[in-house]
Amino acid sequence: MMKGPGKITGEVLRHVFAKPATISYPKGELVIDKNYRGKIDFDASKCIGCKLCVRDCPANAISIENIGTKEDKKMQLTLNYAHCIFCCQCVDSCNKDAISFSPDIELAGINRKDMIVKL
Amino acid sequence: MAKNVVIPIGPQHPSLKEPACFTITLEGEKVVNAVVGTGYNHRGLEKACEARSYLQDIYIIERVCGICSHIHSTTFCQSVEELAGVEIPRRAAYIRTLMAELERLHSHLLWLGIAGHEVGFDTLLMYSWRDRELVLDILAMLGGNRVNYGINTLGGVRRDVTPEQIEKIRKVVDIVEERNKYYVQLALSETTLAARLGGIGKLSHDDAIKFGAVGPVSRAAEVADDIRVTDPYSAYDEVPVTAITDNHADVFGRTVVRVLEIMESVKMIRFCLDNLPDGDIAVKVPRKIPEGEAFVRTEAPRGEDAHYVRSNGTDKPDRVRVRAASEANWHGMKHMLEGDYLADVPIIIAAIDPCYSCTDRAIVLDNHDTGKQSVIDWRTLREYSINWYKARGIDTGKIKIADSHLIF
Repeated sequence: MMKGPGKITGEVLRHVFAKPATISYPKGELVIDKNYRGKIDFDASKCIGCKLCVRDCPANAISIENIGTKEDKKMQLTLNYAHCIFCCQCVDSCNKDAISFSPDIELAGINRKDMIVKL
Repeated sequence: MAKNVVIPIGPQHPSLKEPACFTITLEGEKVVNAVVGTGYNHRGLEKACEARSYLQDIYIIERVCGICSHIHSTTFCQSVEELAGVEIPRRAAYIRTLMAELERLHSHLLWLGIAGHEVGFDTLLMYSWRDRELVLDILAMLGGNRVNYGINTLGGVRRDVTPEQIEKIRKVVDIVEERNKYYVQLALSETTLAARLGGIGKLSHDDAIKFGAVGPVSRAAEVADDIRVTDPYSAYDEVPVTAITDNHADVFGRTVVRVLEIMESVKMIRFCLDNLPDGDIAVKVPRKIPEGEAFVRTEAPRGEDAHYVRSNGTDKPDRVRVRAASEANWHGMKHMLEGDYLADVPIIIAAIDPCYSCTDRAIVLDNHDTGKQSVIDWRTLREYSINWYKARGIDTGKIKIADSHLIF
């Protein structure tokens, strides 16, 4: 290590020309990895209503109900993302690939009731 | 003779942003007595585990600690796998090891920053946290989240590592290694750091054994105690591990141990990437786990982490007990603080890399009059606290007790 008052000169010059370590957010672009576990997506046409996802959810954040008739089933997933811990165990538990995760993380809100969404 | 002064440090922000109360008795500026008061952050996680299935428990256990989340879920999964009698594929074992070492990198870099901040060396905080961010990005890429990676599952791991990801990890590890060389040089030769950290928070070799200290705290006192070496788990039987020790036995020694451990972790990560075996990443584990009990130890960044799981043959555990590393290190804290100056208290507390929420497990209140234990509900506790303030002349007339403490 260099001794004396000049020892920081190199470090200072390097930082003058270096790219910032931080990103500008929310004004700049937010880069999220495509593997990031954000809010889940639901494909109702693939769902068979086995409710394995509901059984495995550690936070009791999801429920599935049939809003169609007994013959013509139409599944609806209700997600409370205020309760959701974004572990995506439901994605792993689903045998029909009806649930997938998205890199959507901008979920902040001021009303808790708005955080219960029907997918 | 001057009167001793008692100073409560905490429960808000005692050197770290977590709750604990340290009652420090001072004689002049010297600490003559210290009482460690934890228990403010009890979340009932062990009890919550008993009400959920083994699969759900992984995510509960992962949230015991915000920094060493992976090691807790690894330990729990290993316990359940031992009970179920399954062996995980080698590739899964290597991925678990890789994640554990990446976690150690980010945990030690975080500690280095905090230690710098506590001693007024904020440049070190900025530098090491900048480097930590690179590791966190890698962890988010592999697991899907920055801190709760959720990569473990019963019988293996949930996500595979792709060749492109391996390339990215190599690049980041190279940068971290290069920058860490500077921190090693800094820790070993910077005179201000050595003068500030040397000789404070002493815990000698014998005392470290006596108080049951674990991790970098004991290794800084020449106790070569590393579960990765003494009782290998995951892929540590193949990955070359060296237990880093130091003979300073003070805060300076703990700093040296941690920065050198970063270098060791870098080597281990490279070994895992070079020797990653092919094959499956998970095997199936039945939902109902056979009756039995398992006790598993692992090496968290903060020291030895131990989990005990008892099964009763159903899909839910009968008992889960978590002994996090910080819990073991608190016992020597009183000894470390006594005899040092008040100004050194924050860095001595921070030097064990404490995690208060890891520590807080249960509080038992004994009734002094009857000697019996009792359970009080939320409403009674609230009434008790209001009456406590009322008795001290504080106007509590406007406070209403809600029917339930639940928001939803």
